Amino acid sequence: MIFAAILAGGIGSRMGGTDTPKQFLTLGNKPVIIHTIEKFVINENIDKTIVLTPKNFINHTNHLIEEYIGANDDIIVIEGGETRNDTLMNSINYIDENFGIDDDSIILTHDSVRPFVTHRIIEDNIEAAKRYGACDTVIPATDTIVESVNGSTIESIPVRDYYYQGQTPQSFNIKKLFNLINSLTEAETNILTDACKIFTLKDEDVHLVHGEVTNIKITYPYDLKLANTILEDKND
Amino acid sequence: MINIVYRLKSPKFFEESIDEVDLDGVIVRPSHLSICQADQRYYQGSRPAEVLERKLPMALIHEGIGEVVFDSTGEFESGDKVVMIPNTPTGDDVCRANYSYKSKFRGSGFDGFTSDLIKFEPTRIVKIPDDFNPHVSAFIELISVAYQGISKFSELAVTPNDTLGVWGDGNLGFITALLLKEKFPKSDVMVFGKHMENLNLFSFADGVYQIHNVPDHVVVDHAFECVGSSASQSAIEQIIDLINPQGTINLFGVSEYPIPINTRMVLEKGLTIQGNSRSEREDFIGVVETLKENPKLFEHLEKLVTNVCEINSLNDLKEAFDKDYISKFGKTILKWNK
Repeated sequence: MIFAAILAGGIGSRMGGTDTPKQFLTLGNKPVIIHTIEKFVINENIDKTIVLTPKNFINHTNHLIEEYIGANDDIIVIEGGETRNDTLMNSINYIDENFGIDDDSIILTHDSVRPFVTHRIIEDNIEAAKRYGACDTVIPATDTIVESVNGSTIESIPVRDYYYQGQTPQSFNIKKLFNLINSLTEAETNILTDACKIFTLKDEDVHLVHGEVTNIKITYPYDLKLANTILEDKND
Repeated sequence: MINIVYRLKSPKFFEESIDEVDLDGVIVRPSHLSICQADQRYYQGSRPAEVLERKLPMALIHEGIGEVVFDSTGEFESGDKVVMIPNTPTGDDVCRANYSYKSKFRGSGFDGFTSDLIKFEPTRIVKIPDDFNPHVSAFIELISVAYQGISKFSELAVTPNDTLGVWGDGNLGFITALLLKEKFPKSDVMVFGKHMENLNLFSFADGVYQIHNVPDHVVVDHAFECVGSSASQSAIEQIIDLINPQGTINLFGVSEYPIPINTRMVLEKGLTIQGNSRSEREDFIGVVETLKENPKLFEHLEKLVTNVCEINSLNDLKEAFDKDYISKFGKTILKWNK
């Protein structure tokens, strides 16, 4: 089976001036999270879409889904975890308990605040996860990256051609991911900021899927305002 | 749902844009698209400035096929291959919907096909068999324009159709001549063009003539003008000269300029002039059925595929338009991976 996990666990500490997590703010005529869920729900290849939210937003998310998408057995809302990886583990455990995991099970993990993901990117993720076991959606870095450990002077300037900016989805063969997570030491677990890092830590290949510059994460109020302005422009 | 649309912002400049679509129709992922002269005129900026200002930004391309991703109406299955109909009626009319003021047209009045996904009413797509050649299927819309013109001609003509003349040795001339031969196998289909290297490709025709070198005895019962631009004038002049009394002149060529016509001879010969533009659902169905019944047509139509360009980026799209612009004959097909 192929699963999508929409990670909506964050409470949006960077989205100043509002108490509502950014995934629940409105983009065009619908909440951001609904736009994101719709992209996965319309994809015939994806069997179940699991939405992971903070516990106190589970009911709210269910209501939104019912209001905007309608009753749908293929969408499941469960509680996320403390960290991104805890949230990921929650989705894998849920899949294991309710559907079972076999050699071909695949999970696409996606930020709930990336509603601009394209059908093409999702299709390419499914294909790459099937073929290579793990993939990450990226775009070439456009700004020069500088490394500074002390935060005041430059340590090094890496060759930009070798650097990419990570987007989502990140997609995996679930069995492979599950086994790798269980083989991590505590020290390794503590430095995990990204699911793909589980694979690179264990010297496993992660295939690159080309993202899009438009596949932005709505992080700041500016992002949402800009997106809404572009939408309104065309509707005028 | 948010959709990403790739619009022409100004001549030779594409941009990514976002759009919101409701999930209350059929959602299609474009797979193979084809560039038309009309797209090229927007891209090159050769339309009048006020037209460009009014219509852009707009996604180009109105010829193409795709795959059904999602259908809330239940009429299609996910994965169905479909040809997309650009003409979009917004109300009933007494005329055919492709001539109605109440119709909008993709890539002209609103966004064309260069986007991640496209939403259609179920009547705006027609299923095609999985084994149809995708490169040829990409320009079924163009074939359907010839098809609808020929259908209208059949209803109109009052004199015999022993000899049918097609003026123009480009894509539409090729398709029109081919469909005429298919529909009227007993008629002689004669093609009149300027370029011998193009005319040589019309191997199915009963005769080809260079326009400056037509023997005196040649006459036609009915004529199909597929020339367009300012050259339409000399084509129509030659048609009026060679056509038998009470014949029909079927105009297909688009011109940015008004074209003078020798009305004195139109009157004297009792000619009927019929205009043709765009096409409707029944024409698409007609073309798909014709291709199903006569798969050998694909062999001829494949000759028109001159460029196949993989589109992974907006730069690829620009390069494809540039390549198409310098191609003298044939269609540029876009394998849409964007």
